[in-house]
Amino acid sequence: MTASVSITLKVNGETVSADVPPRMHLADFLRERLALTGTHIGCEHGVCGACSVRLNGEVVRGCLVLAVQADGAEVLTVEGLSDSGEIADLQEAFRNRNALQCGYCTPGMLLTAQELLAQGGVPDRETIREHMSGNYCRCTGYQAIVDAVETTAAARAAARG
Amino acid sequence: MKAAAFDYARPATLDEALGLLRRHGDAAKIVSGGQSLVPALNLRLLSPEILIDIGRIDALRGITVEGGTVRIGALTRHVELMNSAPVAEKLPLVAEAIPHVAHPAIRNRGTIGGNIAHADPASEMPAVLQALDAVIVVRSADGERRIAAEEFFTGIYETALRADEIVTAVEVPAAKAGERFFFHEFARRSGDYAIVGLAVRMTVSGASASNVRLGFFAVGDKATLAEKAAAALSAGPVTAATVAAAQAALADDLTPQDDQQASAATRLHLARVVLGRAVAALLEDPSLAGRTAA
Ligand SMILES: Cc1cc2nc3c(=O)[nH]c(=O)nc-3n(C[C@H](O)[C@H](O)[C@H](O)COP(=O)(O)OP(=O)(O)OC[C@H]3O[C@@H](n4cnc5c(N)ncnc54)[C@H](O)[C@@H]3O)c2cc1C
Ligand code: FES
Ligand code: FES
Repeated sequence: MTASVSITLKVNGETVSADVPPRMHLADFLRERLALTGTHIGCEHGVCGACSVRLNGEVVRGCLVLAVQADGAEVLTVEGLSDSGEIADLQEAFRNRNALQCGYCTPGMLLTAQELLAQGGVPDRETIREHMSGNYCRCTGYQAIVDAVETTAAARAAARG
Repeated sequence: MKAAAFDYARPATLDEALGLLRRHGDAAKIVSGGQSLVPALNLRLLSPEILIDIGRIDALRGITVEGGTVRIGALTRHVELMNSAPVAEKLPLVAEAIPHVAHPAIRNRGTIGGNIAHADPASEMPAVLQALDAVIVVRSADGERRIAAEEFFTGIYETALRADEIVTAVEVPAAKAGERFFFHEFARRSGDYAIVGLAVRMTVSGASASNVRLGFFAVGDKATLAEKAAAALSAGPVTAATVAAAQAALADDLTPQDDQQASAATRLHLARVVLGRAVAALLEDPSLAGRTAA
């Protein structure tokens, strides 16, 4: 049998240590070991984006990073991003625009959209679509999601003055 | 699906990694960004006994310019190529191609070393590196080998890499005066693998082209230079007739495949269309795009 590996990482600001089997991916680690079930799992091969998390400041596929590879890293999930209030306006725009139905894709959409919005500026719809192209939604048809991201970008730009 | 169990090693140095690779041979797999390997593990297409994670070997990082060559460390991530000032300035073809590689979240992890070692026939970089006459630098416990990009890609997911070798860097000649570049791919959705794609480097002087390299990808079992078509374009001033000859020559240069995305005939047709567009764009003469019979 293969040996477990000890890892220590920061998840949503808290230091976590655990022994994990090398084959366990980060999304499973977050869900099963830390009960952070906001990170969803769809395809487990990188196609759908439901598992998106922030790793050392960048959005990645939780299903394509092994938990052992995240040793020493800082991970932020949709729970952390919600609690900090960083995406409160984006979440509200999603609600207002009906940018979610079943909500399965939503955590990944929020993380991915916030990565684009954090670059500043007001991206056009084409740029938004391009940036979100790796995230599947099986319910909304995407228009409402692009609307919500566009609205948030405009509101943030206005607030910046 | 979940991966089968494996052991995990994270060597701190290249020598340590090469030693482990030699010791474990075929039972081991290198992991860099994991963006092609982890899907294969999760789908149980692969079940190595041990994963050797080279992701923290600093010697494999970084982009440096030395003379007329840009050296890209194997662990350079797609996003780093996208944001690199030296790449934008010296390797415009790489800069143009890289946004077509996967999606942002995958570009944040995937590396150039992993991308070329994986050698997906529909992948962009293998064609770009051949068009640019790049050299792939690889190392085993016995020492270094330098392999021309043209020789490196040997088949579907197959390369000239031996089981005990690691890609350490890619060396790419910087753009020279008079050189022009073209990149285009047909894909169903932004970030998807291409159905047909083309990366071109050529030197243009008046109405003539020389130094022509046409790197096709997603047509056939590996990225390929279309040599007969390139020769047709290099024979005197480029006219509608030379473009037609080059497009005809693609039937010899390429061996397109049938799959669920497109038929072989569609692929050959698209290859001809994209070649016409490339020539028209590079010689700044829209009439050269021509018309191709289906
Ligand atoms: C949804 C999705 C879409 C994608 N779309 C595209 C696309 O459009 N175009 C495209 O080109 N790619 C695409 N990719 C693949 C992506 O570019 C990968 O990042 C890349 O192919 C592999 O790089 P990596 O560092 O992640 O390699 P890994 O996954 O770590 O490794 C890949 C393979 O290379 C070997 N390897 C890794 N590093 C080295 C090294 N230094 N020396 C020797 N062997 C090594 C590994 O053992 C493994 O066999 C896509 C991936 C996904 C999941
Ligand atoms: S579950 Fe990770 S991309 Fe689909
Ligand atoms: S809201 Fe159901 S998948 Fe997007």
